[in-house]
Amino acid sequence: MLAATDLVIDIPERKSGTPLSFEVKAGEIWGILGPNGAGKTTLLHTLAGLKKPRAGSVNLNKDNIQQLRRKQVAQQLAVVFQNNGEGFPATVLETAMIGRHPFIAPWDIETADDLAIARKALQRLELDDLEQRLVSTLSGGERQRLAIATALCQTPKLWLADEPSNHLDLKHQVQIMGLLAEQADAGCGVILCLHDLNLAAHWCDKILLLYPNGDACWGDAEAMLTVGALERLYDQELSMISSKGQTYFMPVSSRK
Amino acid sequence: MAGVKSNSRAKPLPRFLAPLLVLFLFTLGALMLAITTGSVSISNQELWQVLNGGGEPLHRTLVFELRLPRALSAFAAGGLLAVAGALMQVLLRNPLADPYVLGLSGGAAVGALVAMLSGLSAAAVSGSAFVGAMISAITVFGLAHGTGSWTPTRLLLTGVVIASGWGAAITFMLAVSPSDQLPGMLYWLMGDLAYARSPWMALAVLAIISVVMLPLGRSLNVLARGQMQASALGVSVRPLEWTIYISASLLTAFAVTTAGSIGFVGLIVPHMLRLVLGNDQRLILPAAALAGGALLTLADTLARTLIAPEQLPAGVITALIGVPSFLYLLHRSR
Repeated sequence: MLAATDLVIDIPERKSGTPLSFEVKAGEIWGILGPNGAGKTTLLHTLAGLKKPRAGSVNLNKDNIQQLRRKQVAQQLAVVFQNNGEGFPATVLETAMIGRHPFIAPWDIETADDLAIARKALQRLELDDLEQRLVSTLSGGERQRLAIATALCQTPKLWLADEPSNHLDLKHQVQIMGLLAEQADAGCGVILCLHDLNLAAHWCDKILLLYPNGDACWGDAEAMLTVGALERLYDQELSMISSKGQTYFMPVSSRK
Repeated sequence: MAGVKSNSRAKPLPRFLAPLLVLFLFTLGALMLAITTGSVSISNQELWQVLNGGGEPLHRTLVFELRLPRALSAFAAGGLLAVAGALMQVLLRNPLADPYVLGLSGGAAVGALVAMLSGLSAAAVSGSAFVGAMISAITVFGLAHGTGSWTPTRLLLTGVVIASGWGAAITFMLAVSPSDQLPGMLYWLMGDLAYARSPWMALAVLAIISVVMLPLGRSLNVLARGQMQASALGVSVRPLEWTIYISASLLTAFAVTTAGSIGFVGLIVPHMLRLVLGNDQRLILPAAALAGGALLTLADTLARTLIAPEQLPAGVITALIGVPSFLYLLHRSR
């Protein structure tokens, strides 16, 4: 669905990097891991066509994403941003409704169908009681869920989410990851920037490790998520714990 | 699901139409008041006769040659400013933006004052003001664009700096001007409709840009949430921003050409409407055209009747209304 070919992301002050070549197929969940400043967000924006790559290309179903019209891209691909810009005051329902924007012609107005899609998405994210609330009055976690509801309204084939578990309590973390897995099972491609190694280990099929110097490697999750590789990635000692058949990574800290 | 058009239409029309109808009636009322009040009062009955082609010759002259053109000019200028303000607020994503924030009024004022100092006619003053406004708009646009990306902050800072540059030029010109020319210049700077005669050009620009902006309304709603978000939702951000910038500049240039730099209409009217009607630009833009127009028509009527036979600049009235109402809104929004 979404393929990177010899892609080098454009980060100022960075001389080069491993050219990335991979394809996100329908049904796959990809996790991008890396320390702060490694370029996870830049990579995600480049894959979404929001940023020009320094070299190489990103293809959305065979078409170069830089050459597609933004509207065509938005009809297939949704982006969940890390910071949901405040902007002008708007209600929760209005915010979810803008996810329908790519599907409505300039002279048309939202139909009852669009409204139904938005209501369903809010319900799915347990925000239906807050419909008429102003976004500025929501908590961080509620805003994050609203951003995901907006993306859900976009009925995308591809999800690109920048730390979708940000600000979320444990229950909602699991709920959001479950929703994304459900989307993948329904035939979507999903790409996530993640900080939480355990979420990555539990939910992702493929992992891409991004090092601060521009090096990168990618592959199946089990092969990539080893203590050695992750310790090198984060420059932090880790220990691996197994419980109920699942693997957990914990940072080793000196203070008891 | 995705992209499939259905026949089941929501009915948002009453939602948009009701407020617009109220504002339209308010506008008609304001225009009627402007036409019937003044040194010679005209009753509604007499106005009806005049509009039907009858009535006294004096009334006909008053209505068609003096009051109607002036009222329509006030309406056009107010509408232009309010729409320009609403557009600038979306473009800069800054609630304090108004049509003048990027220095357009300063450029226009310098143009107008230069023409006045050269002793040119009223028409040349208007033309010169228009040229000054457009020079300012192009300068800010070019400088803010520069080599890097065009962020609202960069545009805003460039505009504010250029505006203070114009401010210095205006002060300089006022300081060296002969004293007999000062009152005319100060009236122009405060905004004055006494010399507005032909409203048609300004009305046409208002109508054309309002129509151009209608199909862009929803894109503006998306842009109000930030450039990245808008781009991810399928908006071609750069062309849209250019369209807004050019439209707002043209609107402002025609407004200052018609009525000088009248303050607060462009800042206050969009804010009042947003507080009452919500933040859908498809409703806010036409509503701003009507409400801004009606407000300036009323302000101008007050300006020429309050201390008649002396006239006040309309800009003084809008500022007198504008300052307390803005402070009140700001206080209430906390």
